[in-house]
Amino acid sequence: MSALATTAVDLLVDPLAYDFMVRALLTTLVASVVCAVLSCWLVLIGWSLMGDAVAHAVLPGVVLAYVVGAPFALGAVVFGFLAVGLIGVVRDTSRVKEDAAIGIVFTTLFALGLVLISVTPSQTDLNHIIFGNLLGVSWPELTQVMVLGAVVLAVLLIKSRDFTLYAFDRTHAHAIGLRPRLLGAVLLGLLALTAVVALQAVGVVLVVAMLIIPGATAYLLTDRFGRMLVLAPVISASCAVIGLYASYYLDTAPGGTVVLAQGAAFALVYLASPRHGLLGTRWAARRRRLRRERAAA
Amino acid sequence: MAAPAVDVREVTVRYGEVLALDGASLRVEPGRVCGLIGMNGSGKSTLFKTIMGLVTPEHGTVAVDGGSSARARRAGAVAYVPQSEEVDWSFPLTVRDVVMMGRYGHLGLTRRPRRADHEAVDAALERVGVAPLASRQIGRLSGGQRKRAFVARGIAQGARVLLLDEPFAGVDRDSEATMVRLLRELAAEGAGIVVSTHDLHALPELADEAALLMRRVLLHGPTAQVLRPENLAMAFGLGLDGRAEP
Ligand SMILES: Nc1ncnc2c1ncn2[C@@H]1O[C@H](COP(=O)(O)OP(=O)(O)OP(=O)(O)O)[C@@H](O)[C@H]1O
Ligand SMILES: [Mg+2]
Repeated sequence: MSALATTAVDLLVDPLAYDFMVRALLTTLVASVVCAVLSCWLVLIGWSLMGDAVAHAVLPGVVLAYVVGAPFALGAVVFGFLAVGLIGVVRDTSRVKEDAAIGIVFTTLFALGLVLISVTPSQTDLNHIIFGNLLGVSWPELTQVMVLGAVVLAVLLIKSRDFTLYAFDRTHAHAIGLRPRLLGAVLLGLLALTAVVALQAVGVVLVVAMLIIPGATAYLLTDRFGRMLVLAPVISASCAVIGLYASYYLDTAPGGTVVLAQGAAFALVYLASPRHGLLGTRWAARRRRLRRERAAA
Repeated sequence: MAAPAVDVREVTVRYGEVLALDGASLRVEPGRVCGLIGMNGSGKSTLFKTIMGLVTPEHGTVAVDGGSSARARRAGAVAYVPQSEEVDWSFPLTVRDVVMMGRYGHLGLTRRPRRADHEAVDAALERVGVAPLASRQIGRLSGGQRKRAFVARGIAQGARVLLLDEPFAGVDRDSEATMVRLLRELAAEGAGIVVSTHDLHALPELADEAALLMRRVLLHGPTAQVLRPENLAMAFGLGLDGRAEP
């Protein structure tokens, strides 16, 4: 093997000598894949803001669950639904528009979470929930991430076609006797669970990035939903690995670096995607023009 | 005699303050095409939504295909072709994917299509004449082809009642003629069809009967009779508040 290749392998393997890096890698991989798959539906339904809202609103639920010793997931789902319910109430029973209703509800619940943290005596630093603590994930936390991630992925994949129908045409779903409201509620529940998975990796504040960027990136690359479902997790997981290693060698915040990598991937695709990218569409237009001119000549 | 495809009686629907339907009644038999005409805001889409059970009327009853709207939906008996504005045309699905959605009601837990479903979809695509475009993204079709793709979804579904909300908006004359022929064939095979439209030219060829809507059905009868100028004036000449339009 050449010296260069050996160095490259060393660069990849060295960090994994540390147990905490192995756990960090597994956590980001699971979180990035689960978030990416869900994000395909979120960006198509137009629920990006809703994803942000639910991700923030789970904070008080997680803190309360910690206090009473209940599973984080339970607190998160309860507060996720509470947030969605409150948003609906404010939107439907006042003249306030939906985006404002979302903004009001999730920031208030997030603030409640901050206040609860400030009065909760705890050994583990609850502030880690806000900014993530990728390098400090314990084995039990990783196990929870894996179990929740597996549950979310399983439901998403089994009901994949129903969710796509829901995203595309709720009226038709209703017309053929399905229950679109139930599908929407299940999707929101999965969103709350996914927020719990992802906040271990990048923290509440950056969860929304993982819930939007991969789906949006894949959407720029293909016109097939099935391909989106493959592209989004592949891109997201690659970014997670690249980001984690970069943070190790550059000594930067791991959660932030992972999200930066995803943002960079989006920027790249936005510029260069042959179908829907900025340069890709320009080039296509240029080629068409040249062809026309040549045909005319 | 077979049960009416659609039987709406004295239906009143309100959206908050707005009274959208006020004692509307409409009965359409299987094998007939009924044109629903009325100005913007007269309640055409609301009437469809009521038939579909998407809005709950304050008063009145709705029967579809001889039973409740919910039963008809569960049986896959009713198909709805939405107004163009209601569809996300950049959604990453092919024409074939969309038509396959007509089969979902017949499918199991994961909605994995079986061979019979693929055959039904192929037949439906062929029938409406978009088979060669089946693998295109749904938005990469012309206005008329998009509408036909949605009709194909209803055919694949096996619907006996077809509701089409403004299928001719933004559609050229050729496509319109194709669509008229298609709907006539489906009616001849026994489907009950209700079509809302602003396009009165197409109506005599398309519809056996027409209904003038203005929050309630002002007049319902043979198309030629409903289209008489004095009758149209009744529905279009007056504003919703009863004053003449400028
Ligand atoms: N979701 C809603 N909330 C409040 N008002 C509504 C809603 N949908 C419709 N309306 C009102 O109900 C009335 C009937 O609307 P509807 O959409 O049924 O009319 P339409 O005949 O389909 O009109 P168009 O020709 O413009 O499609 C209108 O006054 C409309 O403003
Ligand atoms: Mg309408």
